[in-house]
Amino acid sequence: MAAPLDSPVLLVDIRRRFPAFELQLQHQFPAGFTVVFGSSGAGKSTLLDCVAGLLRPDSGKIELGIEVFFDTQRNISRPPQKRRIGYVFQSLALFPHLTVEENVGFGLHQQSESERRQKIVQALADFHIERLSKRKPAELSGGEKQRVALARSLVTQPKLLLLDEPLTGLDAGLRQSILRDLREWNSARRIPILYVTHNRDEVDAVGENLITLENGKLGRSGLPHVVLGAPQTVALAQAAGFENLLPARVLEHREMDGVMRVALDGGGELEIPLGAEQVGEQVIVAIRAGDILLATETPHGLSARNILQGVVESLEIRGMLVELKVRAGATFQIHVTPGAARSLQLATGKTVWLVVKTHSCHLVHQP
Amino acid sequence: MSGGAILLSLQLALTVSVLLLAFSLPLAYWLAFTHWRGKFLLESLVALPLVLPPTVLGFYALIAMGPRGALGRFWQAIFGHPLAFTFAGLVIASLVYSLPFAVQPLVASFESLDRRLLDAAAVVGAGRVRTFIRIILPLAWPGVITALVLSFAHTLGEFGVVLMVGGNLPGITRTISIDIYDRAQALDYTGAHQTALLLLLVSFVILSIVYGINRRVWSPWPHR
Repeated sequence: MAAPLDSPVLLVDIRRRFPAFELQLQHQFPAGFTVVFGSSGAGKSTLLDCVAGLLRPDSGKIELGIEVFFDTQRNISRPPQKRRIGYVFQSLALFPHLTVEENVGFGLHQQSESERRQKIVQALADFHIERLSKRKPAELSGGEKQRVALARSLVTQPKLLLLDEPLTGLDAGLRQSILRDLREWNSARRIPILYVTHNRDEVDAVGENLITLENGKLGRSGLPHVVLGAPQTVALAQAAGFENLLPARVLEHREMDGVMRVALDGGGELEIPLGAEQVGEQVIVAIRAGDILLATETPHGLSARNILQGVVESLEIRGMLVELKVRAGATFQIHVTPGAARSLQLATGKTVWLVVKTHSCHLVHQP
Repeated sequence: MSGGAILLSLQLALTVSVLLLAFSLPLAYWLAFTHWRGKFLLESLVALPLVLPPTVLGFYALIAMGPRGALGRFWQAIFGHPLAFTFAGLVIASLVYSLPFAVQPLVASFESLDRRLLDAAAVVGAGRVRTFIRIILPLAWPGVITALVLSFAHTLGEFGVVLMVGGNLPGITRTISIDIYDRAQALDYTGAHQTALLLLLVSFVILSIVYGINRRVWSPWPHR
């Protein structure tokens, strides 16, 4: 089955062994953004290097539409120069001795001077960096460097784009503006874009499809909020921003209600969604710090099933966020807004009640 | 002071350092980027002149260049005269003698390059030659200068190899260090002093240039 020429699909089915790690992955990447999400060391950059031809898989195949990049059975391995891929590295890898326009035009050496000129001007305009054309990379800000790296990768009109945490370290506004330019660029071309990150904020900004990589294996794939809303492993839960990972033991199943009760190792009990784990088995419960409600009086008349009494151990203000540690048997991390902290008069030593919905509790596995 | 000896030494050093650079660039490129497991063997071979007494090196060079040596016979067959005790013989022996001083700074500077820059060049379609000329060479420039200057300086002051291979023929193989040795033997201390001091000053200036450009580049087989 050949994919239609106008929007080719990237097919990756590879295996690559390292002394302490193995990447093994089979997936089809459609046109548009696919976020490749995972903690560091999960194999994200290795995957991109294999697709780009910078690293040779031990076996398998990589195809973009009808073009075969790599196939061990047919003994095909196209060098990176012949794959027409745009690749923005995590370090960006701008050539330090060349100006912005020389960097951007580096891949256009086979074209005529006028054609080359025109493409450079267009690429600089697309990413709003015309005024930087004569500068060297050392004279650029972080966001400007990222724009130059993107322009250099896209000016050659690649058939596939690989982005390795290209917008890490930028504030949300700048990130959105670069992503907007990138979407604009891709709306006419519709090529697959693999966007590697371990940053939850970037996932939300990019949207579209998401796959998770865990220890070199494909975890889950689907829409970002579906996959990351219910992580299944500790590593993914950490990466997805679940601040509370609480070891617990299963006490009882209530199949009729679709829930089970667990005893936290530090003390206290929680009602969580029903899992396959047997009574007595060890589990880990993941809860976002922002999903826990705080009350300064005994709450009643709530639908939430988990109400735990505790004492504020510490309180730290971080910008628009107040981070609390509350000891309620186990120690919970809780985020509230500064306004909420003020009106509840939260302070160290104060008695509070934690309110947690059953479905804010996620069972995760230690792989 | 002996002008002829100084001129000859400069001529030899210049010839050797330029030839050596041309030869060492591809060799250093290969050493820096190969994944071959046995490359340490070649590294050891290149580094040998650093530890061998020059007389040992010169002795083998003399044997190879002699009328019964492979190199000597080959030379005789092509040019019709023997190789030993000629300027060309001196150049060939000096190439071997100064090899590590050209190769090691080059390898060091190639290895210190960010590999991602080379990946970036490959991904946008640049072949090896273009990447070497446009990316590697400009960024490894201090290493190239260091290789050139160090092999020049090292050849300028060589003694043992020259004595073994070149003998002491004025204008052909009598270099500065041989000249100094001769004068000291003949108790002409004033002449020896002048030439020795000149060589000392020239060497110091050259090393100052190298370390002024980049003091990190020169260290034997770094980055392990």
